[in-house]
Amino acid sequence: MSEASARRTAFRLTRDAVLGVALAVQEYFALLVRVLRACFTRPFYPGDLVQQMDTIGVASLFIVVLTGFFTGMVLALQSAVEMEQFGATIYIGRLVGASAVRELGPVLTALMVTGRAGAGMAAAIGAMKVTEQVDALRTMGVDPVRKLVAPRFIAALIMMPLLTVVADLIAIFGGLLIAVLKLGLTADLYMRSVYTTLADNGFVFQYIPVDLVQGLGKPIVFGAIMALTSCYYGIRTEGGTEGVGRSTTQAVVTTSILVLASDYFMTQLIIVFLL
Amino acid sequence: MADDPESTHLSPATVSLHDVWLAFGDHEVLRGISLDVRRGETLCILGGSGVGKSTILRLILRLLHATAGDVLIEGRDITTVSHDDVLELRERMGMVFQGSALFDSLSVRDNVSFPLYEHTRQTEDEIDARVRQVLSFVDLEPEDVLELLPAELSGGMRKRVAIARAIVHEPPILLFDEPTSGLDPITTRTIDDLILKLRHELNVCSIVVTHDLASANRIATESALLFDGEVIFNGTPEEMYASEVEYVQAFIA
Repeated sequence: MSEASARRTAFRLTRDAVLGVALAVQEYFALLVRVLRACFTRPFYPGDLVQQMDTIGVASLFIVVLTGFFTGMVLALQSAVEMEQFGATIYIGRLVGASAVRELGPVLTALMVTGRAGAGMAAAIGAMKVTEQVDALRTMGVDPVRKLVAPRFIAALIMMPLLTVVADLIAIFGGLLIAVLKLGLTADLYMRSVYTTLADNGFVFQYIPVDLVQGLGKPIVFGAIMALTSCYYGIRTEGGTEGVGRSTTQAVVTTSILVLASDYFMTQLIIVFLL
Repeated sequence: MADDPESTHLSPATVSLHDVWLAFGDHEVLRGISLDVRRGETLCILGGSGVGKSTILRLILRLLHATAGDVLIEGRDITTVSHDDVLELRERMGMVFQGSALFDSLSVRDNVSFPLYEHTRQTEDEIDARVRQVLSFVDLEPEDVLELLPAELSGGMRKRVAIARAIVHEPPILLFDEPTSGLDPITTRTIDDLILKLRHELNVCSIVVTHDLASANRIATESALLFDGEVIFNGTPEEMYASEVEYVQAFIA
């Protein structure tokens, strides 16, 4: 192959890749528009919504509790090592509380729920796609976005913040165990420290704590990203069972990256506008 | 349930394709397809693998968009109507997919009743009675299968449940994509008999995509043979056997 020919091939491949990404982004946002429309117009599928809330929320509770518990304990342990040098172990509660509520609770919950429920969404819809069940819905005059995507989207918006609150509370409890049993602090001192950092971090509109905005705002966005991305990959599945596996992997990887990236930008916005 | 069978050949075509073309990029899948099917008729679309037989069914349902041409469903061109009208026209059709496409997570009862819950305001009792009626029609014992999941059914039973789901809301048009593929000869004959029964008792307009020639000979009032994206033969099974077109002779040999 000549150098010119190789250059042309490289150009064509790059152009196709860029166009492919642009098309995928366009399809992603087109799906978001259709989902939002389906959320506010009839017909609704309340039965499917409840089922999805159970699948995303109740079924993910155990791993979220475990994640929060060990994260809180390890946060307390690691920070104690450093803070002991300055005699500042009484501030462990501040560190655990702030880290859990602002960052680790929302992000780790989103990643764990993505690994469990997001993968399940992509696999379930993908399997329906390759076995023509999605086409069957369409032939029966049913919009697959309304029936399959919208209930998952709404359920994720509701359940992700609730799971995050659970993870936050369990993480603070995990930190409490280490503070009391290993560092010799009193539970009262630890909890006051947690409360102080959460209450003293400023308010939005005078009454809403900034940490509440962070702690509950981020999971809503993460829930939307998880449901939309997982359903997007599920619905565009092709290529039989191998395709289902591929879609599931892509859904988890892409959601994880989007969660971490959006977390950075949301934190930046909160620091600029609210703190 | 059925319309007057006497009017079959006097009525305009229920499904009509006029000079339909379909291309993906430079690849032409269908080239100028024209077909007419009326109520009380069964058109079998025959041809080798990958010639676009199933694609025709997807065009009729507008799961795919034709590049050019008209696809008329009861006189309305499904290629040009609005999204809401497409949904309305799809309710006039029932589709039986090659792999049955039953919803895995739903029982037979929920699968068959699905179109009724979606498109009618019937009571639970009325829906239950209708589900039992259609399951009996496709020779399944309702009490034995109602609560089973699709994974618990044999291939033939899955096909029959799929047919029950397709006819439960009494559509005048039925589309079958390879209804006998992967079935043993006895079950194949059972499904063929069911398609004949649908025509005789419900006077439906059926379009059956198959490459099973024996099956087509039993059920077809008309056959169309596809080759290289074109209909190279369209007529009765008897006319097909009398045809002197080289590919037709090769196909039926």
